Amino acid sequence: MESFFTRFKNVLVLVTVLLVQTIGLAIQVRRPVEAGAPDGEKVTLLRHWVVATVTPFERFFHGIGHNVRYGWSNYIDLRNTRQQNRDLQNEIARLRLEQAQLAEDAMQGHRLQALLSFQQHYVASTVAAQVIGTSGTDQSRVLYIDKGSNQGLKVDQAVMTPDGIVGKLREVFPNTSQVLLINDQTSGAGVLLASTRVRAILRGSQGGRIVINNLTPDSRIKPGEQVLTSGGDQVYPRGLKVGTIESIAPDPEHQPYTTIVLKPATNLFQLEEVLVITGTQGSLTTQAQKDLAQGAAAAKDMSAAKAAADEAAAEAAAQSASQVVSERLPSIHDAETAPNPNAPAGTADAAKPTPANPAGVVPKPLPTLRPDRYTPGTTPPASSLTPGAGHPAGTVARPPTSPNNASPPADTPAPPVKKETPEVANPNN
Amino acid sequence: MPSLSYTSRRELEEHSFSPAVTLLVPVAAIVLQVLLSKLYWRLSILDLPLIVTIFFAVSRRSPAVGTLTGAAIGLAQDALTAQPIGVNGMAKSVIGYIASSIGIQVDVDNLTTRVVMNFGFSLLSSLILFLINRRLLGVSEIHMQWGHELIRAGANTLVALPIFLLLDYTKRPE
Repeated sequence: MESFFTRFKNVLVLVTVLLVQTIGLAIQVRRPVEAGAPDGEKVTLLRHWVVATVTPFERFFHGIGHNVRYGWSNYIDLRNTRQQNRDLQNEIARLRLEQAQLAEDAMQGHRLQALLSFQQHYVASTVAAQVIGTSGTDQSRVLYIDKGSNQGLKVDQAVMTPDGIVGKLREVFPNTSQVLLINDQTSGAGVLLASTRVRAILRGSQGGRIVINNLTPDSRIKPGEQVLTSGGDQVYPRGLKVGTIESIAPDPEHQPYTTIVLKPATNLFQLEEVLVITGTQGSLTTQAQKDLAQGAAAAKDMSAAKAAADEAAAEAAAQSASQVVSERLPSIHDAETAPNPNAPAGTADAAKPTPANPAGVVPKPLPTLRPDRYTPGTTPPASSLTPGAGHPAGTVARPPTSPNNASPPADTPAPPVKKETPEVANPNN
Repeated sequence: MPSLSYTSRRELEEHSFSPAVTLLVPVAAIVLQVLLSKLYWRLSILDLPLIVTIFFAVSRRSPAVGTLTGAAIGLAQDALTAQPIGVNGMAKSVIGYIASSIGIQVDVDNLTTRVVMNFGFSLLSSLILFLINRRLLGVSEIHMQWGHELIRAGANTLVALPIFLLLDYTKRPE
């Protein structure tokens, strides 16, 4: 028996080690049913020991790197600071305008949400943390941050950057936490496609990409569409940026589903600082409300200034148009509107500019070629007419003849002049 | 005059290390691996703990010790990941055992042997990890990407050669 153990010592050691680890694996896989869930207590203890051994080194080297970068960026590399400052100020001005434009929409949105009794959860408090390490392997995409339970962090709290979500806390140690990135294979999140409002589940892939593979083909879903958190997973608050759709292709292994690959909003491979969301609330934070009110006031000022500017522009345009008319018309009708020396004084005065006729132009009808009794100037003035009286023969003015045909030719008989008797004037006829 | 038997040759070429080296070198490999990955994410293709496992296994030439060394390094590596603990532990236990067994029979100080050994063990490690994930853990989404694994093996081999030369200095004088 002794010789058996001696002879097969190495193989027995290997088999024992493998067996123990296999049993350990079986226990771990059975315990946390949900993928990406935290481990049991005994496993956490082992992780705790290793993390406690490794993280001091990580903190030390991270501190050195941080100080070197800080020294370089704050004392040495200040060449373009003025230009950057100018750019940032321009950016602030642009963002203020943008904020003012969006504030009114946001307030309207809040009013509508209140009407619908919609419960929105806003990020109320965050803890900023620095990334001090990784898992060291591409088979598991996790980060280690320099904050833990002593700073109020808990398992399953969402981790984000100002650009978008990063992942969630998987393990929390006293002064360190393990963040499971959204591009890890065991990671998942509930998401919402921004334009089409389609809900989906996000997963990490083996190659470190984030994909949606629970949707069937939909012609409305297009590359470039923004993807937001839906809030349905109870981890990430609703409305945080996740990324944009990069490509859509049929999933050959799971027909008829498609594989939608996303481009993450945050660079998950180069993270330095992150924010851990430690609390959410039903209403906007005080600071956010203040910002919103400021934006709304700015929007009101802007709209008032815009209305005034529009009015001034309209006035200026009208004035300019009348000037153009006044400049152009006299030049066209100069010959016709030239004052006639024989004309009465009143006619000359009519050509002068008056408040009613700023251009000072009196419209003058063209001379009639074949005048009749309706031609202006041929009707006797109303003051000379007697109601009910017959038309006196002499009152019908002969139509003035055109200067071109002042007298008919001698061989042409003169047209018979019809005696005008208005019917209304003599109802007895 | 005693003749040099197989056993005596093995004993002559067995190397030992001080406890400090035995403890600190694997820890340093894990810490360096973590730091390099943070510095540039593509460097996570390297597997410095695997290189250290192979080195200690072939230098000690004891399959049992190689197995235990591999298991310890692999478990420590697992503890830093989100994977169940034991995935890398099992893979590196097998690598440690085979590397020690090979170390008994071939000249592991030869450069060519080291190149072939590191390349082969890197590929074998990837294969074992794939099988553990696919068969034991039932992760169906995982696939063997041979191109990627060949690049990983090549990169590990390139890095392993200078590391082996450095670690040769940590061997205890006979």
